[in-house]
Amino acid sequence: MAGRLGRGARPPVKNPAKSERQLAREAQRRRKTARSRAIAGISSIAALALVISGLIASPGWPRVRETFFSWSELTASLPQVLAGFWSNVSIFLIAEPIILVVGLAIAVTRSVETPAFFPLRALAVVYTDVFRGIPTILLVFLIGFGVPALDLQGAPRSPMILGVAALVLSYGAYVAEVFRAGIESIHPSQLAAARSLGLSRAQAMRHVILPQAVRRVIPPLLNDFASLQKDTALVSVLGVVEALRQAQIHSAGAFNYTPYLAAALLFVLLTVPMARFTDWVAAGAEGRRAARER
Amino acid sequence: MPLLRVESLWKTYRGRSVLRGIDLDVDPHEVVCLIGASGSGKSTLLRCIDLLDQIDDGAVFLDGVEITAVGVDEDEVRKKIGMVFQSYNLFPHMTVLENITLAPVKVHKTRKSEAIVQARELLDRFGLADKAGEYPDHLSGGQQQRAAIVRALACRPEVMLLDEVTSALDPELVAEVQEIVRELKQQGMTMILATHEMSFARDIADTVCFLHDGVLLERGSPEQIFTSPTEPRTREFLAGSVLR
Amino acid sequence: MSSRLLILPALAAIAAAAACAPSDNVDSKSAVAPSGTGAIAACTAGQLRLKTPGKLTVGTDKPAYQPWFADDDPTNGRGFESAVVYALADALGFAARDVTWVTVGFNQSFAPGDKEFDFEVNQISITPERGKVVTFSDGYYAVAQGVVALDGGAYSNVTSVAGLRGARIAVQVGTTALRAVQEQIRPRDQPSVFNDQIDAIQALKNRQVDVIVLDLPTAFYATTAQIKGSKLVGQLPPVANADQFGLLLEKDNPLVTCLNKALGALKSSGQLQQIQDRWLAASAGAPVLQ
Repeated sequence: MAGRLGRGARPPVKNPAKSERQLAREAQRRRKTARSRAIAGISSIAALALVISGLIASPGWPRVRETFFSWSELTASLPQVLAGFWSNVSIFLIAEPIILVVGLAIAVTRSVETPAFFPLRALAVVYTDVFRGIPTILLVFLIGFGVPALDLQGAPRSPMILGVAALVLSYGAYVAEVFRAGIESIHPSQLAAARSLGLSRAQAMRHVILPQAVRRVIPPLLNDFASLQKDTALVSVLGVVEALRQAQIHSAGAFNYTPYLAAALLFVLLTVPMARFTDWVAAGAEGRRAARER
Repeated sequence: MPLLRVESLWKTYRGRSVLRGIDLDVDPHEVVCLIGASGSGKSTLLRCIDLLDQIDDGAVFLDGVEITAVGVDEDEVRKKIGMVFQSYNLFPHMTVLENITLAPVKVHKTRKSEAIVQARELLDRFGLADKAGEYPDHLSGGQQQRAAIVRALACRPEVMLLDEVTSALDPELVAEVQEIVRELKQQGMTMILATHEMSFARDIADTVCFLHDGVLLERGSPEQIFTSPTEPRTREFLAGSVLR
Repeated sequence: MSSRLLILPALAAIAAAAACAPSDNVDSKSAVAPSGTGAIAACTAGQLRLKTPGKLTVGTDKPAYQPWFADDDPTNGRGFESAVVYALADALGFAARDVTWVTVGFNQSFAPGDKEFDFEVNQISITPERGKVVTFSDGYYAVAQGVVALDGGAYSNVTSVAGLRGARIAVQVGTTALRAVQEQIRPRDQPSVFNDQIDAIQALKNRQVDVIVLDLPTAFYATTAQIKGSKLVGQLPPVANADQFGLLLEKDNPLVTCLNKALGALKSSGQLQQIQDRWLAASAGAPVLQ
């Protein structure tokens, strides 16, 4: 490229050689950065060392270490806690898609404006308000013990099914609100354009609004799912021996809390990749939006 | 018989009358340009004709049938009217081709393969053939607006409503859009344009309507309006706007 | 759980006890005999290390279930554990009014850190593992496991342990019932483990499980007062090292020596057996599953 440039033609695209001034500036910046990093690093380590030494020096530390961080207890309980953990995973995998469907249905119902739909819309509002208001654990109790007590023909009795049902009802309400926020965030001009082409409201929703709305709310949805992963432990109150309950059994047997730590580690192992994935998705969506705004 | 008739149209928005008793006839193949200050009601009038907003009084007739009557299937009506907006409003999650084929396939029940062929023809005709597989955010403003016009055309409307379609564009991109509009006129499309571009309006319009504060103050041929407007307000408005 | 229902088994127990108990009768809050200072003379003031000097602070759960307590009120001296505590207090030289009760749940009782109580009485089984973390007194009751089922269910007439293998079983977490189930019954399906006894009972009523396994006296109380239409199918055969309930103290609390001395005195005088006969007799007759 350089060869073809004639005199007075376009200036070079890239700076061919940096000036003395710029080189000096860059060197200074590098030194400054290195200095800041060193200070930050050293002070962080010092603070951490202070905290840890304070912890270890406290009179109760040996007791706490034995009670919460016992290696032997951890290794003893981990296999069974892990076995129980598969229950949590399966509850989560079953509940999640159902929650998405329920949430979307409620959100779409709320956005329909025809007067004929008023009863359904009102029901959707009541559902969202009630099930966002009831603590999830209460719901698990009420459904897990209440439904079988009604003794209805054909009603499910399995605590797993009832637990999943309770989680679906609770999280469905939250996810419905997330979807609704997404739908309402789509500029009305999109709806106007869709309708001006002759698309019915339903068609506009299905082909234009929802695809955009859903893409937009993926980060908060992933957030709700991380929360769901943890709330699967609530099903333990119905007798299901999942990770938390296994930890509790071991804990009660040995009067030691380390099994709970084992269960916590497993939950973290599940949610951390989810969190990074969420960040990645959010960054991607943000990048596309920024590019569009150019 | 006029293709489109607007009779005593009133529209209030938040207590303010945005349109006051508008009367307008549009004959087949006629190009009507609406001019007037921002807020004069041009966009609202077009939206009301396309049944995107509900009117407060009066009526709109298409092909002699009242489309503002209760019980009219609005989706059916909108199949016959094409509208293009100032901010293009292309669907960002679809390619240009998908944008254009969506309505023909879903609304007019055209077979997908057929719709694609027709879409490509239109794109080719308006110089966008190579952009068919692109997403809207990879197109320039002018290209997006042209695509939006093609999208509306793909539905073979009887009348096209263009709402300030060049106002959001950089000056150098305005021309390419105006080109398309001229071509549409040549093909005999009935159109109502709301525009700020006075020279373009003068060039293309069969009839010019001046709106002021929701009232259709003056109406006539381009020569009449631009050279010798009768209403003082019209003169004020034209004097204030630079004839580009 | 109506308190009226509680009176019936209590009355039955009293009637049974009155019928065959020796004349030295036990009665609520009043002391059994003048303070048995003689028996506890060896218990020095230093060993009698208390949270509040002069008061014996005892912890238990809420609700305090029958037949271990009565009317959810540990202070009334009725119920097996309540009676034992007041008998021990008396043996140590405390008046009944010097016994203070605090509510400490099972999970809190073994948490590290200072305890709120001098000792906890809560149907806690003594195990060597647990003994590493807390100090247990000697056992005051040998635990047998009872099996409860609904009348007319598939498992209501089982006579052998093997007959329970196909059952869906519920136990409460933290009790040794789970171990008994896993070691003696070895059921096909994983047992359901509940936080609270009342949840296990609800599951039985809902027919979500077939049987509940829990300690015998509580099982008896459950069938007579808590679950309509249920029966005590039997008790699991005794094992070599049967679980014993013990009092739970902070690790290395020297008070345990005093408590053990007092407990020993109650055992040798026959008073402990009397208390047991009075409050827990009804369940002792449950058939032993083979």
